[in-house]
Amino acid sequence: MRKVELQGASSPENELTLATNPSAIPNGIAGLDLVSGPVGKPSRHESAIQHVTGAARYVDDLIEPANGLFAAVIRSPIARGTITRMDLEPVRKSPGVVCVLTVDDVLGHTDIGPVFPGDPIMTSTEVKFFGQCLAVVAATSELAARRAAQAAILEFEREEPLLDAREAVASQQLVRPSHVMTMGDVDSALASSHQVLEAMQEVGGQEHFYLEGQVSLAMPTEDGGMLVYTSSQHPSEVQKLVAEVLALPLNRVTVDMRRMGGGFGGKESQAAQWACLAALLASKTGRAVKLRLPRQDDMIMTGKRHPFANSYRIGIDEAGRITAADIEVIGNCGNSPDLSDAIVDRAMFHADNAYFLGNARIAGHRAFSNQVSHTAYRGFGGPQGMMIIERAMDDIARAVGKDPLDIRKLNLYGTEQSEPERTLTPYHQTVEFNYLPQLIEQLETSSDYRARRVAIRQFNQHSPILKRGLALTPVKFGISFTLQHLNQAGALIHIYTDGSIQVNHGGTEMGQGLHTKVGQIVAQTLGVELERIVVTATRTDKVPNTSPTAASSGTDLNGKAAQNAALTLRQRLVEFLAAEKTVSPEAIRFENGRVSWGGSEDMSFAELVQAAYVGRVSLSATGYYRTPKIWYDRTNARGRPFFYFALGAAVSEVVVDTLTGEYRVTRVDILHDVGRSINPAIDRGQIEGGFIQGMGWLTTEELVWHADGRLLSNNPATYKIPAIGDTPPVFNVALFEHENDEATVYNSKAVGEPPFMLAISVWSALRDAISSLSDYRLSPDLDTPATPERVLKAVMAVQAQCAQNGMTGGAV
Amino acid sequence: MIRFLLNDQPRDIEYIAPDLTILEYLRTIEVQRGTKEGCASGDCGACTLVLAEPSEEPGKLLYRSINSCITFVGSLHGKQLITVEHLQQGQQLHQTQQAMVECHGSQCGFCTPGFVMSLFALSKNSGVCEFDPQASNGEAPGNQPVNPEQRHQINLALGGNLCRCTGYRPIMDAAAQVLADVQPDQFDARQAEVWQQLMDIRTAQAPMAGLTDPGCPVKPLTERRFFSPQTLAELVELLARYPQARLVAGGTDLALERTQQLKPLDVLVYTGAVAEMQQLTLTDETLIIGGAVSYSRMASTLQLVLPEFASMMERLGALQVRNQGTMAGNVANASPIGDTPPVLLALDALLHVDSAEGQQTLPVNGFFTGYRQTTLPKGAVISAIEIPLNKSDWFRRVYKVSKRLEDDISAVLAAIMFKVENGLILDARLAFGGVAATPLRVVAAEQALIGQPATLAGISAAQQILKQTLTPLTDVRASAEYRLQLTQNLLTRALLEFQQQANSDGSASVALEVGHYA
Ligand SMILES: Cc1cc2nc3c(=O)[nH]c(=O)nc-3n(C[C@H](O)[C@H](O)[C@H](O)COP(=O)(O)OP(=O)(O)OC[C@H]3O[C@@H](n4cnc5c(N)ncnc54)[C@H](O)[C@@H]3O)c2cc1C
Ligand code: FES
Ligand code: FES
Repeated sequence: MRKVELQGASSPENELTLATNPSAIPNGIAGLDLVSGPVGKPSRHESAIQHVTGAARYVDDLIEPANGLFAAVIRSPIARGTITRMDLEPVRKSPGVVCVLTVDDVLGHTDIGPVFPGDPIMTSTEVKFFGQCLAVVAATSELAARRAAQAAILEFEREEPLLDAREAVASQQLVRPSHVMTMGDVDSALASSHQVLEAMQEVGGQEHFYLEGQVSLAMPTEDGGMLVYTSSQHPSEVQKLVAEVLALPLNRVTVDMRRMGGGFGGKESQAAQWACLAALLASKTGRAVKLRLPRQDDMIMTGKRHPFANSYRIGIDEAGRITAADIEVIGNCGNSPDLSDAIVDRAMFHADNAYFLGNARIAGHRAFSNQVSHTAYRGFGGPQGMMIIERAMDDIARAVGKDPLDIRKLNLYGTEQSEPERTLTPYHQTVEFNYLPQLIEQLETSSDYRARRVAIRQFNQHSPILKRGLALTPVKFGISFTLQHLNQAGALIHIYTDGSIQVNHGGTEMGQGLHTKVGQIVAQTLGVELERIVVTATRTDKVPNTSPTAASSGTDLNGKAAQNAALTLRQRLVEFLAAEKTVSPEAIRFENGRVSWGGSEDMSFAELVQAAYVGRVSLSATGYYRTPKIWYDRTNARGRPFFYFALGAAVSEVVVDTLTGEYRVTRVDILHDVGRSINPAIDRGQIEGGFIQGMGWLTTEELVWHADGRLLSNNPATYKIPAIGDTPPVFNVALFEHENDEATVYNSKAVGEPPFMLAISVWSALRDAISSLSDYRLSPDLDTPATPERVLKAVMAVQAQCAQNGMTGGAV
Repeated sequence: MIRFLLNDQPRDIEYIAPDLTILEYLRTIEVQRGTKEGCASGDCGACTLVLAEPSEEPGKLLYRSINSCITFVGSLHGKQLITVEHLQQGQQLHQTQQAMVECHGSQCGFCTPGFVMSLFALSKNSGVCEFDPQASNGEAPGNQPVNPEQRHQINLALGGNLCRCTGYRPIMDAAAQVLADVQPDQFDARQAEVWQQLMDIRTAQAPMAGLTDPGCPVKPLTERRFFSPQTLAELVELLARYPQARLVAGGTDLALERTQQLKPLDVLVYTGAVAEMQQLTLTDETLIIGGAVSYSRMASTLQLVLPEFASMMERLGALQVRNQGTMAGNVANASPIGDTPPVLLALDALLHVDSAEGQQTLPVNGFFTGYRQTTLPKGAVISAIEIPLNKSDWFRRVYKVSKRLEDDISAVLAAIMFKVENGLILDARLAFGGVAATPLRVVAAEQALIGQPATLAGISAAQQILKQTLTPLTDVRASAEYRLQLTQNLLTRALLEFQQQANSDGSASVALEVGHYA
């Protein structure tokens, strides 16, 4: 393992190790060795300087054109019913108001559902969720618009909202049909298994809480078209929907997206509505219109991570190995399909996580509810699916009296070398290149798991109130969009005559460092310094018909497309130079901004470019990429939905107060597989950030809905994402030493989502601490988020059960 | 008119909306948009800026981070407002910015200007720790992990800045890197000069500082004004003259009416410049905290005489809130989930109340009469809070339970105090927040403790009374059952900690709170 010098105060405990084989030639592209060049280096984020100086501009920071207007949304104060009166006259008469629109004013499409219909841009009849958009107002200032929006007179005929997902499934109120995956014969395997365990689980949703809220600025163009600046992960979809609501062809609408202040899936489909509303107002008034959702509106009006209701019936043998699993996952989708079909599918694809289930039936339901339409969020249903099988692992361990780690290891997928018969997933993709056994072994050692286990048991025996818990959980996360056609990308590179380079691609920068990595890839491919490259704003008029930046695929897809464009340009330059100098193309090398052709002669990249320009060589090229190998036959629930799997594991330790349920995460050790890292600093940032976000999801981030359907946790005073003190004092992160066996860009692996699920170890460690009260005989129910209140409830339940069974508990 | 420095530029403002926040002012009027809005409610820190004010020591400035989204422009008179755009010198990044870049402290970057400003304030106060004067000034981290004291100091400084991307580890590293070797900067070089400029503004013989809304005619009842009186006499006179006036201290409660509910606040009277209300007086018998003294300013004094109160206060809001917020505001706001009222109830504190009619003293016991209702007369101000220091031989604990450790509102706050002699409880105070419509002292439960042995059995009657008499609500933060259970369990915790303290024979004791677990 090679240690990477990260600038800054990294400590030995926090040191980062990186797997790189410097002599390897990636993907067999000759001349692209990684000994030198930017790939693999921990370069800083391309916007780091702008970030720290306040110079980085987000949509709300753009100077509005003179005469520009500001919009605010009128939203439903009830969750379900019919509008009986909507008097907007007081809104129109409010100071500063210029324009008020309802759905009747929309010329084009009124349904902006991204995949399936069901998302009216505004409604003036039926209300399906609290916060639904009823009308929109533009005024001369933001405050004027927001105050005017308060003036609307609204009356409704209310109906009882449906909020519970299990209830929705029972009454068959679904936003999309159910789907089932089967492998083997579950029922007879269950019947013949040594023991059958059963459990139910409620997994909470999650607010994205991107620091920059939803925002769009729409500017009418001279030809009746629209230029839209938006904070969106999916500019092409915004372009399409804006065109549709305005009844324009797509070529009249341009969408520009420089950077988001965080996205996490929340701006994949649900940034479009605000862009469309701004465009409608701009089109109506002929003036630029900015629509920025204030935090509370944003939290109320945009969808969240789906809450899930899961259950399992699992058969095991004496040793605790699973023989059959009957798993049901129910996504609470809210009032419309949005992306829920694929999200619940992904939950199903991950209900096995890293474990071979033998015989399996995995059923997934898409429950309707009178909530905002829940949407993409880092992991896209995967985390919610994994929760049920990780719960089962702990339950099995308690049932057979073993350490949960041993149960997890026992149930892992096999490898091609050992137990190849244990490599089939319930959707009939064979797990290849399964390095998890090795990875877990390595982490078990580096984290000192066994010794700490002993120490913790001892501590718990002597500590009356505080109990410590420890858990190791793995992650196996499938990479690719499960919707096949999204697995494509384009890029556009211009080389200018001074040798400076502009790169544009279909991916969006939301903080994940995509532009930095793409810049590194292009620089590496062209053998130039990173400083020579500028990656510009994502624009639908530069690279068209793009996929959302999602599914962790940003670098895999756009990095490859950009590399392909760079290879085209490189090839043109090579051919030009070979002809000029009459040397063989193989002799030409690009390195560090200089070009050589054998012997001692070389020239700068800029000189070559200038000469090529004069020699009439095109210095602009597009690049395109589509992911190979993947397919999924949904009718038969089998296929290869994933190009490869990203792997990782984490060990978390917690301490729990059995009097109050308060707890702290005291130490976390992570070993994660990013293949060959393109940028170890950025990858580490994704791992740490994903982990902490996942920890928040499972611990303090509680969405609370009133029985009448209102969201009560609608601001950061009531919805608590992790703060700095929640980051564990000991936080060891290492990259697993192995390059991707599939031919991804520089054999790297996707890293955006997979580390999120490493945080399941925190939840499992909490259950471990609580289980200690029963001397590890009971496996407590602990729905998420595991707030101090839920932890105390679980503690008291275990104590009560111990008292009932006459077991010795650890309580006072 | 008010006069302040925007970075190094003097600004004179007379006509501006009195309820305009600094964030709105910067982004819309100055069109300086490096400072971000993440919530407009004080919870995220994206809008963090630094205020410099003259300290008593000539030539020395005090630097404090604030949430600009909930601070009114009118409160800037005589202060220097430092924004993120002003930290770098030419192409040279400020040390705090450099550290953030080097440690990969930004991803999406939206939280970053706020973090940089909090870090900047931390670097200026690195020798002055808010709560624990003993806290180390930071060993060079080099290759050492951030040590616990330093981590604590950094958590206090950055606990009010949310980042959704990084997971904070690189930001922690950046902070440690800065603290290891704080470099002199251009602000140090100009400190004496700025001090003088600000003193000149403050001492200039001028009409009372204030603002007038340009859109509203200056006549009583319809006018929109911001007043910044310098004496208590001026202040009470204004309250008498403007019955519709609202007092504003830190604004950390009041400003939310404007930024969240969008209510106009027409006449504001700022307490921050009133000399009498900025005093902090400690004698053997009492601690008198001026009505405009911020939590941060009272922290070190409180630490000396009531450390349990001070350590809870580390978790009251976040530093930006503590730098602005006042105890008087907390009491006047009378929220049932305010953190200081239960403690003040348990300590038998007194309120000094001034109005045009004169001064009176009201006990905190009896002050809270209903949901957000008090006996504070109309036109009156809490000029100071007096805390008798007569419980030094009591066992005193203040417990705050919330979902998140930092910057969260309590589900329950418990102030538990008792005096024990020969194993028997002689007197007791039990006061809670979050269990009723008001902060509540539970006298019946106190009575049930008196005369009992200081044992688990001895407190059980009191616990029964808590269970039977308290009527907490279920809300977004916690259920009624949990709150009820906590009141009893926190009494158990206090008792156990008392026993441990009483029995301590020098042998290492077992930690009873997760916060104490190393
Ligand atoms: C992010 C955030 C976190 C918070 N966390 C906590 C927390 O953990 N615990 C907690 O208890 N509170 C918390 N608060 C609430 C608030 O910070 C406190 O209540 C604070 O003490 C209020 O003081 P202030 O000076 O800012 O009051 P202001 O907002 O200025 O005033 C509050 C009210 O008191 C009145 N008032 C102010 N001064 C006086 C006076 N001298 N005499 C009479 N009336 C007066 C005002 O007119 C107003 O009605 C938080 C607030 C925010 C924004
Ligand atoms: S904008 Fe969030 S604290 Fe000010
Ligand atoms: S870097 Fe995105 S919120 Fe901190």
